[in-house]
Amino acid sequence: MTGVLPITLEESRKIVQALLLSGKEYVCIMKLHGDTPEERVRAVLKEFEDIIYQRPPLRASVKRQLRTRRIYYIDFIEMDGRNVLFKVGCEGGTYIRMLCHHIGEVLGCGAHMQELRRTRAGPFVEEEGIVTLHDVAYWFMEWQKDKDNTVLKRFIQPMEKALALVPKIYIRDSAVDAVCHGARLTAPGVVSLETGISSGSMVAILTLKGEAVALARAEASTEEILNMEHGVVARTKRVLMPKGTYPKGWRSGEV
Amino acid sequence: MPRSVAPWEVERKLIVKTEEETDPRYGCNPEERPAQEYIKFGVINLDKPAGPTSHEVAAWVKRILNIQNVGHGGTLEA
Repeated sequence: MTGVLPITLEESRKIVQALLLSGKEYVCIMKLHGDTPEERVRAVLKEFEDIIYQRPPLRASVKRQLRTRRIYYIDFIEMDGRNVLFKVGCEGGTYIRMLCHHIGEVLGCGAHMQELRRTRAGPFVEEEGIVTLHDVAYWFMEWQKDKDNTVLKRFIQPMEKALALVPKIYIRDSAVDAVCHGARLTAPGVVSLETGISSGSMVAILTLKGEAVALARAEASTEEILNMEHGVVARTKRVLMPKGTYPKGWRSGEV
Repeated sequence: MPRSVAPWEVERKLIVKTEEETDPRYGCNPEERPAQEYIKFGVINLDKPAGPTSHEVAAWVKRILNIQNVGHGGTLEA
């Protein structure tokens, strides 16, 4: 199986959590075990555009508990004999091999996954900035020759790219270091924010320079935060920026 | 079932709550980080080859770049 596999380096491993939860897209070849008319295949694929149940396979590394995953879309591309090519957009943690098996059961003839390529993992897509292992080895060697940073940018992207789909809150310089120490973000620290934040959703806290400070859980919606003058806006879950990057903006020990 | 909206199909707008400037003496725009920092806070959008496991591929990247820690975002079977 091939395709988009985001690799986090050193400090950026802290954003893996956000990537694992993010949606995925695949192109898949499914092999049917019996001759089936195209209209029937198209109709059954549509039936799976829903919340589906899956139990992790025997050799999976997670608890084998029945779980639900949302299939955002399945787009039929083409069919050649018993080979069906389709594109599927789904939640992270969906087993496509199992999806093919279940599609086969509904069709009645049975089916299995023949070939799979991941075309998206969260914000990372195969059309943009994707590199092979050979590219990584080559560009890294080139970079070591004259340490030209534009060469690094040919194969490495800032970790902030991984947060592109997470709603963002931009904060004042003076609020940054407190969040780096794990403090909750309060209303006075907020400078701007994105639409679509609701209480309980994951948000990314960024500086005005666009640097990731932390992943947090929102305590209020976008509209509520805009009208708040004080109070907790988000609870810090995963600090991404090293302490002391920005000066300490709060007082301690003074009366 | 109507086709549901995938997370990458959601459009978000930025709303400004207050005007504020940032001090250029601290921190750095992610695109302009010095090389070592750029690597340390970097992500590679890798095209996984068929054959090796996601874990093995991550270990190769670690060896090529000679760094201590790598991770990957979501196992893609061998």
